Amino acid sequence: MLKQSKLTALLLLVSIMAIAGCGQTNKSSAGKDMNTNQPAMTASTPESSESKNVEITFYYPVNVGGPLTKVIDGMVSTFMEQHPDIKVNPVYTGNYGDNTVKIQAGVQAKQPPDVAVMMSTELYSMLDMKAIIPLDDFIVKDTDIQMSDFYPAFLEDTQTESTTYSIPFQRSTIVMYYNKEMFKAAGLDPEKPPATWDELVTYAKKLNRDGHAGLEIPGNDDSYWMFQMLARQNATDPKQNIMSSDGKKAMFNTPENVEALQFWLDLSHKQKVMPEGVIDWATVPTDFIQGKTAMMMHTSGNLTNVKNNAKFEFGVAFPPAQKQFGSPTGGGNLYIFENTSPEKQAAAWEFVKYMTASEQAALFSSSSGYVGVRKSAYDTEAMKKYTADFPQALVARNQLEYAFRELSTHNHGKVSKAITNQIQAALAGEIDAAGALKKAQEEADQALAPFNK
Amino acid sequence: MAGWSEKLRRNGFGWGLVLPSLLFLCLFTYYPMLKSVWLSMYEKNLATPEPLFVGFGNYANLLKDQVFMKVLGNNIGFAIGTVPTSLGLAFLMALFADKAIKGRGLARLSFFYPNMIPMIAVANIWLFLYTPHFGLLARLATWIAEQPINLLGTPNTVMGALIIMMVWKEAGYFMIFYLAGMQQIPKDLYEAAAVSGVGALTSIRRITIPLTMPTTLFVGVVAITNSFKLVDHLWIMTKGGPNNASNLLLYYIYDTTFNFYDQGMAATMTVVMIVLLLIISSMQFFGWDHKIHYE
Repeated sequence: MLKQSKLTALLLLVSIMAIAGCGQTNKSSAGKDMNTNQPAMTASTPESSESKNVEITFYYPVNVGGPLTKVIDGMVSTFMEQHPDIKVNPVYTGNYGDNTVKIQAGVQAKQPPDVAVMMSTELYSMLDMKAIIPLDDFIVKDTDIQMSDFYPAFLEDTQTESTTYSIPFQRSTIVMYYNKEMFKAAGLDPEKPPATWDELVTYAKKLNRDGHAGLEIPGNDDSYWMFQMLARQNATDPKQNIMSSDGKKAMFNTPENVEALQFWLDLSHKQKVMPEGVIDWATVPTDFIQGKTAMMMHTSGNLTNVKNNAKFEFGVAFPPAQKQFGSPTGGGNLYIFENTSPEKQAAAWEFVKYMTASEQAALFSSSSGYVGVRKSAYDTEAMKKYTADFPQALVARNQLEYAFRELSTHNHGKVSKAITNQIQAALAGEIDAAGALKKAQEEADQALAPFNK
Repeated sequence: MAGWSEKLRRNGFGWGLVLPSLLFLCLFTYYPMLKSVWLSMYEKNLATPEPLFVGFGNYANLLKDQVFMKVLGNNIGFAIGTVPTSLGLAFLMALFADKAIKGRGLARLSFFYPNMIPMIAVANIWLFLYTPHFGLLARLATWIAEQPINLLGTPNTVMGALIIMMVWKEAGYFMIFYLAGMQQIPKDLYEAAAVSGVGALTSIRRITIPLTMPTTLFVGVVAITNSFKLVDHLWIMTKGGPNNASNLLLYYIYDTTFNFYDQGMAATMTVVMIVLLLIISSMQFFGWDHKIHYE
């Protein structure tokens, strides 16, 4: 009996320890962010000023193939060499979606990262969650940042109502890739890619032979991105976009947009130059590399992938124009978060500034295929060498004068899902172009209603 | 008083043994469940960051949510598509694995093998099989339809494609239960049947099927709950598309939380799902269980 009661007590003890353990891990990880490093530092070197040592956490996603994590971790360690008083903990968080989920969970738990790369389209969601800080104070005080050196097309989505909330980092546009050998085989000039919608159709018809498609435009995941491109190309107003710049209105259902979506549908159903149905985002580059399609519209972020894997000569061009050229920008910016100390935010700003300076922008662009975010990045030696060897990399940059902001609104998840789903339904032949955009508009209006009160 | 201390001494040890796991169950199962019920009474999303009490308003809105209705319908379709087929297949495979004289071990291993691969890996393998131009099954479908067909990109075919994959994965797992059930059946029953001149088919129909009914019930419940719980493949293969044609309840809940930031509605759907799963699993404990025992 005595033995049993001892055992009971032991079991109780174990359970209490388990619970305490749970509590402890939480506390210590919270503490780690704050100042675990500092007591140790001050204990060993009492004379060094303790306020100077700051530790910040940096979340970043990688969304394209290749060993980009190494590049970013390398940039982080050079930063720490130059700023011995700041310790940066880089955390690779998966793709953009996973990254956003992790950041959101951190914000909910009041333990956000200090600085993170996040989709430019998350701006309004982060503002509605009161998760990020405006950067205007830093920009005004800090002359080193030179905001005018960034490409204006990339700055567009860092701002709303003339306040800046992020700095461009990992950016792209849509470009058209084409297989030069297939052009030759079809009797087309490989140095003259199609420049208008009509030419695109004529070319694609000639190229649609020998068991490969003429053209592929991906339609799943964020199909609104491709739709935005076609809509802008078909817009009479050079500044027309599918949402308002304050993120409170969606403008999907316009006659010009219906024409744009109809053109997309016709490529498969009427012209028969593109496979029918919803074409998968991830398989399009594979199809192109394997010679299953002669042309593709895809992100410029895939340049390095195509360059390394295509066994043929390929060209890169602006996606063709109807009334004008146009492509939305895409990708991620650097954000600094609320709920940390001013010292950490200042350290995060130093880090942001470093990561987006010309040399780093050049390094990151040449190793990833993303567009260099600064004009001066293209004047660096590294970039000059890269673009001399690989002139295709300049196309996305040159296109920036026609580039514009990616769909970004309040309640972005619901609004983008509304348009994406309807585009998919239209591509699958369940609904016509006009009906799809009407429905998308209704759903978006409903999602945006609370923000227009 | 003496009785009380006696009781404590007698039961204390038992409770002590249960306590650790009970604590974790409370922490990670019951507490979140109650919290979901509480949260489902509130509106909490990007437009209303501070929770706003709405009573059963979320539940009323849920009935009006077309996507939710579609997703629920998809899930029921998914269950109807996967459960009877995988159960039937599992039964046949178990019969074979039970009777096979040569290569019995190999038969069992190869039937069970798909179940040992993680869902994410299965999804990646099947994604490739369904990839237009390249995948084996995509080519087969193209050959049958006599035109290029994108199985995962077409609303009419996507659900069927996912159901086939799920049956392939799940049937081997359920076979194990049937195999165990069949080996419980006394061999003299079959001998008696054989002596009486009853054919093999009749003895399966009259002996094997009735005597494995408890297994069928158990496996059926597991299969139905699985069809609501297994959604890992959606991340890899379709993300619920095209236009929600392959979206399932759990994935929609995830989307609502982490993509739409609508925690109130997500909690409401979670409660609906918990209730659904409770009803399904309670089938095993009430009524049905007694009706099908033959002992």
